[in-house]
Amino acid sequence: MTAIEVHNLTKRYGGFAALSGLTFRLEEGNVVGLLGENGSGKTTLLKILAGVSRPFEGEVRVGGHAPGPESKAITSFLPDQSFLDDGLRIEAAAQQYADFFADFNRAKFDDLLGFFRLEPRMKLSALSKGMREKAQIALAMSREAKVFLLDEPISGVDPAARDVILRAIVRHLEPDSLVLLSTHLIADVEPVLDRVVMMRYGQVLVEGAVDDLREQHGKSVDALFREVYQWA
Amino acid sequence: MEFDSSSPIWLQLVGECSRRIVTGEWPAGSRLPGVRDLGVELGVNPNTVQRAMAELDRQSITVTDRTKGRFVTDDVARIDELRAQVATAHADEFVRRALGLGMTAERAVQLISNRWRAMEGESA
Repeated sequence: MTAIEVHNLTKRYGGFAALSGLTFRLEEGNVVGLLGENGSGKTTLLKILAGVSRPFEGEVRVGGHAPGPESKAITSFLPDQSFLDDGLRIEAAAQQYADFFADFNRAKFDDLLGFFRLEPRMKLSALSKGMREKAQIALAMSREAKVFLLDEPISGVDPAARDVILRAIVRHLEPDSLVLLSTHLIADVEPVLDRVVMMRYGQVLVEGAVDDLREQHGKSVDALFREVYQWA
Repeated sequence: MEFDSSSPIWLQLVGECSRRIVTGEWPAGSRLPGVRDLGVELGVNPNTVQRAMAELDRQSITVTDRTKGRFVTDDVARIDELRAQVATAHADEFVRRALGLGMTAERAVQLISNRWRAMEGESA
């Protein structure tokens, strides 16, 4: 089933088009990397898909719904910036999530906390950057959502933590859900991705299955990305 | 596991699983870990693992039972054949490099038997 469908999407900030006639479609059961330089429109796109940025021009469908309450109910969005109150303990943050989202699965959350070696009693303000990112990933990935939108989930954390976070993302992957994660650290995420969407200037530059791209070009998607962005 | 950057990841997974089977890490007739567990262990997308598993099934290196899961074949001859296949690929790589260094076949064979004696008993 199609999880995300975007047709001719344009988003303007004043006279500047952050997204310009973007068109693509993503099927459920995939982990998709949204790649691009700073300013290529990744965050803008994720915010529109998450239903937190309006207005826009063009067609957007998330799980068959236009961005709104119905699409939000099946979408778990992890924004780039921290959204949690520093004074909370992990336990209380989980309670907030459970109160807010009917599909929050406490068993999954506890499993991920254990996987990350985090304690429910830890205070968010006492967590390192990597631990905090892990706590946020645990919250976001513990919803029984159909679409997970993760904005730069591994930037700013050390390589060992990145590795654990990526494993956690595939740990509870359901065949009928989609994970779309933006990053510029392609080499790290490449093995966990099914597909990539490479963006530049608010448009899709290259789109395809990771292993098909590796086979066609005889190089990693990371190397392809560097090449593509040189001649683009 | 580290992936080399030039070939598809699913093919490298087929190689890794074959290695585990011929070295006995996954013995003949034993049950394979689930696709998701392997994905988490190797840091790889489960769909990619699934694609590699389908290839192992296709090559009759593994067999899938709808209810019980996936097993390494208990056909020891098939595993021997796979061992020869894996070893041949490594041998080809050695020959290619030896040729590149301008070695003759005799010298290369001599080198291998010397090194074999020197390294025998070390764990692989």
